[in-house]
Amino acid sequence: MEKNKFPESYERRKRRSQKIAFGIFSLFSYSIVAILFAILGFIVYKGIGVINWDFLTTEPTEGMTSGGIWPAIVGTFYLMFGSAIFAFPIGVMSGIYMNEYAPKGKVVRFIRVMTNNLSGIPSIVFGLFGMTLFVNYLGFGDSILAGSLTLGLLCVPLVIRTTEEALKAIPDTFREGSRALGATKLQTIRRVILPIATPNIITGLILALGRVSGETAPILFTCAAYFLPKLPSSALDQCMALPYHLYVISTSGTNMEAQLPIAYGTALVLIVIILIVNLIANALRKYFSNKVKMN
Amino acid sequence: MNKIDVKDVNFYYGDFHALKGVSMQIKEKSVVAFIGPSGCGKSTFLRLFNRMNDLIPNTRMEGQILIDNEDIYAKGVPVDELRKNVGMVFQRPNPFPKTIFENVAYGLRVNGIKDNEFIRHRVEETLKGAALWDEVKDKLKESAFALSGGQQQRLCIARAMAVSPSILLMDEPASALDPISTAKVEELIHELKKDYTIVIVTHNMQQAARVSDKTAYFYLGEMIEFDETKKIFTNPAQISTQNYITGRFG
Repeated sequence: MEKNKFPESYERRKRRSQKIAFGIFSLFSYSIVAILFAILGFIVYKGIGVINWDFLTTEPTEGMTSGGIWPAIVGTFYLMFGSAIFAFPIGVMSGIYMNEYAPKGKVVRFIRVMTNNLSGIPSIVFGLFGMTLFVNYLGFGDSILAGSLTLGLLCVPLVIRTTEEALKAIPDTFREGSRALGATKLQTIRRVILPIATPNIITGLILALGRVSGETAPILFTCAAYFLPKLPSSALDQCMALPYHLYVISTSGTNMEAQLPIAYGTALVLIVIILIVNLIANALRKYFSNKVKMN
Repeated sequence: MNKIDVKDVNFYYGDFHALKGVSMQIKEKSVVAFIGPSGCGKSTFLRLFNRMNDLIPNTRMEGQILIDNEDIYAKGVPVDELRKNVGMVFQRPNPFPKTIFENVAYGLRVNGIKDNEFIRHRVEETLKGAALWDEVKDKLKESAFALSGGQQQRLCIARAMAVSPSILLMDEPASALDPISTAKVEELIHELKKDYTIVIVTHNMQQAARVSDKTAYFYLGEMIEFDETKKIFTNPAQISTQNYITGRFG
C-alpha cells in the first residue's frame, strides 16, 4: 500500500481519543480516592475532638451523653474474634475441598452458586435468621455466641471465595511435582499448596474481619446491647458494639447535641480499628510471602 | 531383562482415543526417547508409567504396563509407592517455593523419613549426583527460585533422584532451557544412565539422537516405529518416520 493511502488526520484523531479516554479513566479513579479522603477527613475533623484516653477506656455515662465507649470497643473485638473462630475453619476447609478435592462439575458449581447467593442475602435477613436459630431455637439468647455465629455465617462465603481464588491461582505444576514424588493429596496441600496460598487467604480472612466489625444488622436481634455498664463476662452475655452504638446514639437518646460528637468519635474509632486490621493483614501477608521463598 | 513391558495399551480422554494399541519393551538402564509432533500422545504415554494420568478426571486406560514384572495398574497397587520408584521431571522446572535443601528433602519427608542426619547426607549425595552440588553448596538455605532455569531443572532432577527411584521419566526436560543449560542436562542424562532406566520425551531430534539408545516415533496416538536410535535416524523403516525426522512436517 502506498504511504499516502493512510489519512493523515486519522493519526491525530487516534492520539486525541486516546488522550480523552485516559483522561476520563484517571479522573474517575482519582475521584474515588478523593471521596475516600473526604469521608476520612470529615470523620476525623468531626470526631477527633472527643478522642482522649478516657473516651477510649471508660463506660458511657449519663444516658450516653458523656463518658467513653470502652464496652463497645471490647464488644466489637469479641465479635470479630468470635465470628473468626467459626467462619475461618469452615470457610477455609470448604474452599480447599471445593478447589482441591471435589470433582469438577455440577456439585462444585452448585455449591459455588449457593455460596454466592448466600453472600447476596441482605445482612438484616441474617440477623433475623440468627435470632430464630441461635437466639430462640438453640436457646443461646441475645449473646456474643449468637452474634458471632450470625456474623460468621455472613462472612463464610467471602472466606470460601478468597480461599478458592487463592488456591486456583496456584499452577498445577506444583501439585504434579509433589504427587510425582509419592506425596499424597493431603501432604501436597499441607506442605506445598497451602504455604503458597497463605498470604492470599490471610488477606481474605482479614477483609472478612473488617466486614464483620462494621456490620450492624446481624447483631441487632442477636447480640447487641443498647447500653451495658460493665464488660461481658461470658460468651452468653450480651455486649455493646461500635456500629450499633453509633446507630443508637445518632438516632435515639435524650440529648442529641451532646451525643453527636460522641457518634463521630465512635465512627472514627471504628474506622481506625478497620484500618489497623488492614495494616496487620498487609504485614502478615508480607511475612508469609517471605516465608514461602517465592523469590 | 525388561524393566518396563507395555502390552497393548489404549488410552482415552473422555471420548478422545489418545493412544492406540501401543506395546513396547524397555530394557533396564537404557535411555529411550519418544519423538513425534505435538498431540501425538508421547507425553500421555510417558505419564502412564507413574500413573500421573490418574490425576486427570474423565480418562480411561486399557491394557497392561508391567514394571519389574508387576502390573502397575492392577487393583490395590499403592500408587504413591509406585511414584517413588518411578520419578518424573517436567517440561518446565517446577521447584517448590522452599529452600534448595528442602526441595531435595521433600520426597524423603513426605515418605516418612525423619532422621535429619540421613536427610542431610542424602541431599548432598543427590545434589552431587545431579552435578549441582558445587553450584549450590553455599546457598542450600536460599530459595530454589533464586537459581537459573537450568539449575532449577537439575534441582528437579535431583529432587526426583532423592527418593531412590529406578526409573526416571522426563517430559521435554530441556524445552524451556537455553542451549548451555540443555547441554548440561543432557550430560547429566548420560551420567544417570548408569543407574537409572530413563524415558525422555523430546521435541528436539538432535537431543533424541544424542542421548538415547532407542527411539520411538509416535503419530496420531500410534507408535509408528520403535528401534535403535541409530537406525531410526539413519534408516527408518517407515516413510512417516522419515518424513518427520527430516523435517518435512511436524
